[in-house]
Amino acid sequence: MHELCDLADDALLARLQRGAFTYLSEYGNPENGLVADTSRAGSPCSIAVVGFALSCYPIAVERGWMPRSEAAALTLKTLQFFWQSPQGDQVDATGFKGFYYHFLDMHSGRRVWRCELSLVDTALLMAGILTAGCYFDGAAEEAEIRGLSDALYRRVDWRWARHGLETVSQGWKPECGFLHYGWEGYNEATILYVLGIGSPTHSLHGSSFNDWTLTYQWENLLGHDVLYSGPLFTHLFSHAWIDYRGIQDGFMREKHSDYFENSKSAIAVHREYGARNPRSYVGYDRNLWGITAGDGPGTREMQQNSRDRRCFGYMSRGVPFGPDDGTIAPWAMLATVPFGAAAALQGTRRLLERYPQVCTRDRFSSGFNPTLETQRGGWLSEGWYGLDQGLLVMMVENYRSGLIWDMTRNCPPIRAGLIGAGFSGGWL
Amino acid sequence: MSAGTSSSESDQVDQEEFLRRVRPSNWQNPKPQEFYDLVVVGGGPAGLAAAESARRQGRSVALVERGHLGGNSLNSGSIPSKAIIRAARVFAFIRDDAEFGITESNRPLIDFAAAMVRMRRIRTRIAEYHSAERLSAQGIDVFFCSARFEGPNTVHAGETRLSFRKAIVATGARPQSSDIPGLEKIGYLTSDSIFGLTELPRRLGVIGGGPLGCELAQAFCRLGSRVTIVQNEPKFLPQEERDAAELLSMSMSRDGVETRLNTTVVGARMQGGEKLLDTVNDDLKSSIAVDEVLLSIGRAPNVEDLGLESAGIDFDAVRGIYVDDFLRTSNADVYAAGDVSSTYPFTNIAEATARLAVQNAFGAKMQRHSRLMIPWCTYCDPEIAHIGMHLREARRQSIPVKCFTVMMQDVDRAITDEQDDGFVKIYVREGTDRILGASIVASRASELINEMSVIMSAGIGMRGLAAILHTYPAQSDAIRLAAMAYMNDQPVDRIQRD
Repeated sequence: MHELCDLADDALLARLQRGAFTYLSEYGNPENGLVADTSRAGSPCSIAVVGFALSCYPIAVERGWMPRSEAAALTLKTLQFFWQSPQGDQVDATGFKGFYYHFLDMHSGRRVWRCELSLVDTALLMAGILTAGCYFDGAAEEAEIRGLSDALYRRVDWRWARHGLETVSQGWKPECGFLHYGWEGYNEATILYVLGIGSPTHSLHGSSFNDWTLTYQWENLLGHDVLYSGPLFTHLFSHAWIDYRGIQDGFMREKHSDYFENSKSAIAVHREYGARNPRSYVGYDRNLWGITAGDGPGTREMQQNSRDRRCFGYMSRGVPFGPDDGTIAPWAMLATVPFGAAAALQGTRRLLERYPQVCTRDRFSSGFNPTLETQRGGWLSEGWYGLDQGLLVMMVENYRSGLIWDMTRNCPPIRAGLIGAGFSGGWL
Repeated sequence: MSAGTSSSESDQVDQEEFLRRVRPSNWQNPKPQEFYDLVVVGGGPAGLAAAESARRQGRSVALVERGHLGGNSLNSGSIPSKAIIRAARVFAFIRDDAEFGITESNRPLIDFAAAMVRMRRIRTRIAEYHSAERLSAQGIDVFFCSARFEGPNTVHAGETRLSFRKAIVATGARPQSSDIPGLEKIGYLTSDSIFGLTELPRRLGVIGGGPLGCELAQAFCRLGSRVTIVQNEPKFLPQEERDAAELLSMSMSRDGVETRLNTTVVGARMQGGEKLLDTVNDDLKSSIAVDEVLLSIGRAPNVEDLGLESAGIDFDAVRGIYVDDFLRTSNADVYAAGDVSSTYPFTNIAEATARLAVQNAFGAKMQRHSRLMIPWCTYCDPEIAHIGMHLREARRQSIPVKCFTVMMQDVDRAITDEQDDGFVKIYVREGTDRILGASIVASRASELINEMSVIMSAGIGMRGLAAILHTYPAQSDAIRLAAMAYMNDQPVDRIQRD
């Protein structure tokens, strides 16, 4: 059993939230504000992780983990980097049309791995940039933060990302142009549409969001009505910034629900799947779940109960249609805490009791598969992933104080984006 | 096979018998009647159904076929592919399922040639049901020759002229060709030629991730070929629900098929004695070395050399013959049915449209093609079947729709059979129990979807479906469970009222 299990709920949450936050400073570059995708040697920066980090610094200030001046200085340095770094169609630029490449060199800030100019990761970065602009409301360098936040957001050419279509592409590469992949079905892209529609300069039309919602699947699944999306993270990412309680778009009005309630339903589906455990994986039950995007044991064949199974590396796993190779994301249950603290904490405690190795230095690993390598206590992902840590810090804070949600309710682009996408009611 | 007869001799006898049924070598075209109630151009599933249907109504009928009776379905489509898929399924089952007690020592080796002999034997057997001899016996004048319209009501068939009151064009479609540079030069297989293989290709490259490409990629992989399938879209079976296509991707990968989605074949060449397919995925270029290439990128309607212009029949090379909702062409006396005029290249649709065309040609009351309830299936493992409206179509039409989903992994019989990959999804108009459509992914989805076809055709809603007893255990119980999920979703007072 993990020593964390002895803590009361509040103390447990505080400890794990703090542990997750320390990743951001430990694996960040203080010279430019970039934060590594993973803790592994040579990892590049993920711009989405920077978006989470920028949103976490205000939390750190409020929690007393970081002086405000230090948080402001780091935030300013980050925004200055993104403002000044090369934008253009060169293959090693940092961004283009106001968007940024998914992965950047931690030191030079240039594109690495021939990766794509990522629309959704830019949206997550912009969400962090806007959060910083909302929080730092003082003078001097805080004023500069607000100015840069506004300028960076205004520079993003969301309309270009449509590529002449109604809905947006997933990305672009200088070598081949727009990627063929679009967004089909509900997923984490809500934040992308909200920020795109809310832009005062190059906005998406509200109808683009409606067109995307035409691909939604409203299902009665394992006994629950849910707007389906398989991986758990897709029900969490946009919610890290936006409080969807009581606000509805056209789709949710039709279904007499909202996206917050929908995430609760999705969690119920995940728990039910854990209880049914159709593939008889080790560990799964109603209080041990969390199938989502994350690291995995890698492509390998597995014989399990005499049946051939396949395992995967880093990939988006989902419920109930799969893929599911017995790998859970240990951080995922706790990240659902705003949607239901009892289930999130019960599951996290169960995990820590049974498999204490998934949490070292108060940080959860990205993936764990107790069906594999049983003699070693299961397969465990090496180190940590920045996205997991940043999301966890924000979701725990939204549960504890609602800090991020309170801020973004008054963030003009987010309000404009939600209204433009057809949201109304509740706090809006 | 009788004692003392070798397999190859038996195969040869089968092939001779097959030809005797679909294209007798000694066939004498009949002396034409002065005037026919119906002339059918094309002897595939649509043509045969049209001719037999009209004859049953007492009409005088001539059928003109330039090749073999049975069309693609019998010669190079549904029947041969299903025979090969069956062999591949059996082999994969015995090879892989250690849980059933199959041990290393008694695992089988595949005899590809024997599987192909079996396929041809099956084809021969099925050919009997619509043989030339049998058609003649029904009073249908069968002409084996090319047909060409000469005017609004005449067809030139070989050396003779056939005059008609009504005609149905049912010339089908053929595999779509490709302009991939170099492909013609290195040679490739299509559905028309792959069933003529005598040896299993060691490496097979499949271009196209539609139904036939996926079916044959999986089957040949299971039979022992190293298969790479290249699809230029982000998912296989683009017309199917996303979850179905993704499940198929996973299933094919588990079988060992190397899948290249979002990838385009941009060239083909020979190098060092092997065939190379050059591909591009976004900005990533690579090559695939293969021994054979199967091109499966769709079908092209057979509209050439038919003299359609002479009869005033509008068409183009892509869409085929234009028909209205009554299957009538721009010539009011000529109808079209099957693949030559349909976007759905399925045998059941070919036959249904043919019968409808006959009814509309001679009946008092015209019926609309759009009213047909059409189920279809892709015969991968698991099979993927659909009927009615897709979820996305309903959403586009602003129809409030809810999907009731049952996973096969929650169905007792699927669990006992270890055939628990897949799902049943029934799309229901919200606020009612009206079924709009269904998608089924299951080991025998082709059978399960027929229950939905009956249910929907009979106008039975979810409440009625929930009350229908099913055998237990049965995989079709998934359909009843979906209906029960609907009932459980209803407010209690509403159920009591009902």
